[in-house]
Amino acid sequence: MAAISREEVAHLARLSRLAVTEEELDTFAGQLDTILQAVAQVGEVTAADIPPTSHSVPLTNVLREDVVVPGLTPAEALSGAPDAEEQRFRVPRILDEDVAS
Amino acid sequence: MTTTLPAYDDVVARYEPVIGLETHVELGTNTKMFCGCPTDFGGEPNTRVCPVCLGLPGSLPVANKAAIEATIRIGLALNCSIAPWSRFARKNYFYPDMPKDFQISQYDEPLCFEGYLDVEVNGELVRIGIERVHLEEDTGKSLHVGGATGRIHGATESLVDYNRAGIPLVEIVTKPVPGIGALAPEVARAYVTELRDVLRSLGVSDVRMEEGSLRCDVNTSLNLPGAEWGTRTETKNVNSLRSVERAVRSEMLRQASVLDAGGRIVQETRHFQEDTGGTRPGRSKETATDYRYFPEPDLVPLAPEAAWVAELKAALPELPRLHRRRLQEQWGLSDADMQSVLNAGAVELIEATVAAGATPAAARKWWLGELSRRANETGVELADIGATPHQVAELQGLVDAGKLNDKLARTVLEGVVAGEGSPTQIMANRGLEVVSDTGALTAAVDEAIAANPGVAEKVRSGKVAAAGALVGAVMKTTRGQADAKTVRELILERLGAQG
Repeated sequence: MAAISREEVAHLARLSRLAVTEEELDTFAGQLDTILQAVAQVGEVTAADIPPTSHSVPLTNVLREDVVVPGLTPAEALSGAPDAEEQRFRVPRILDEDVAS
Repeated sequence: MTTTLPAYDDVVARYEPVIGLETHVELGTNTKMFCGCPTDFGGEPNTRVCPVCLGLPGSLPVANKAAIEATIRIGLALNCSIAPWSRFARKNYFYPDMPKDFQISQYDEPLCFEGYLDVEVNGELVRIGIERVHLEEDTGKSLHVGGATGRIHGATESLVDYNRAGIPLVEIVTKPVPGIGALAPEVARAYVTELRDVLRSLGVSDVRMEEGSLRCDVNTSLNLPGAEWGTRTETKNVNSLRSVERAVRSEMLRQASVLDAGGRIVQETRHFQEDTGGTRPGRSKETATDYRYFPEPDLVPLAPEAAWVAELKAALPELPRLHRRRLQEQWGLSDADMQSVLNAGAVELIEATVAAGATPAAARKWWLGELSRRANETGVELADIGATPHQVAELQGLVDAGKLNDKLARTVLEGVVAGEGSPTQIMANRGLEVVSDTGALTAAVDEAIAANPGVAEKVRSGKVAAAGALVGAVMKTTRGQADAKTVRELILERLGAQG
């Protein structure tokens, strides 16, 4: 059984705002499947006594003190923006997306 | 829509509501959650940003210790368990309010979980279960332009300010609250009020709903008695305590009218309309949003040590509800009297005035009387009236020392509110002190007697009640600055009558 279906790849492409053609879907679904199957081999050596990790270094509680550090000027901040207005980043309107909070 | 809504009493007689609340609190830390940018409210756009909160390539977040500590304290105050192991997660979505295209949040491993908050509604205690308390980062602010109203509908583009992006935001989620029937709107309001007071007592946030540092989403559903819970809607944009109550109520009415007409409630996000008190549907979603949460690879897990948590727990302040209960006993107030103190927003003011030396009765008299009246007249909060607890205590001290009578004290208080200085200064500057010089008073008394021979004769012949007219005359010549009781005694003495 394939590790990822063609429909799932189409869904991911949509979420990622990638315009993918029908042919590309076939190609990427095949490629991603190969990659996922290769990665899945790691799962074969997992043991019950090894918890899953999201980080390769066994560290916890890396925290910073609550002290202000100088940041960027508005000009610096906006220097990489495609467009700006009123000292704000100007972007196309977004509809049909939920606002996270 | 011209549908007439059913009556509230009728709705709660036929349906049972279930509510749930999600509250977001901006923490009052000096810096943002994952970088050292300042967090002050306001400021020119994009002046409090850096590579981390702008999501520039190569930047790495580091969690703010003060924010973690504040979140644990909130969890403890809400009787939660603190996770011995917890992680941040990426919540991915395409919306320009986060420049990274994701928000760092917590998903299946919140810092605090399984707690409760007891709130009082109509003298009864309602226990609100707390599902979780987690930490995330706030988003930037978008200004929608090109449309007519500044709303997203009809806008052609958005202008984004990232000053707020990355400010530590705590999300507090209740469990569903069933079984409260007609009280649902009041319970919702009481919960948010109590939560706000708890957060304020912890000193973790300025909890100003109008500035958005405390924000509330309200979930509401209706079901027939004995049936399964109904489909819920989520109402956003609820920005005051009063709106919390109105939002639940109006959503109950709306859902009842849909159900009565044989319709189905759609699970959706709705927006509260401050002007009408109703809710309006938000953008419809064909499918559930897929945020593709995964553990944040740029941050290591949190593992708060038990000793640290115990230390924070031991240092928690008294809960507001218990604190209020204790004050009520100390002040000797009935439930109704305490309620009027609460309604006036005077608890802390009276407490501070008592601490500055006044008796509870005197402190309450000034704050609930003269000062509340002025606050109502001018439409300002009692705490912003311009008189401090210390000044009120000083004023009462002058009354107790016999330097001011009640009428003069009110005049001095006017001066205090007008910013003329301390009560003692105002008394001196305006020459308001009670005339205690017996010589001057005797002269005024003799003058009054001479000017009113008829009245004086009546008093001499034993009609003591008639002395009131002479007291009035003396008070007039001394511009109210004499002690009426002393004046009366002097008059009776001069006329050889017995009081």
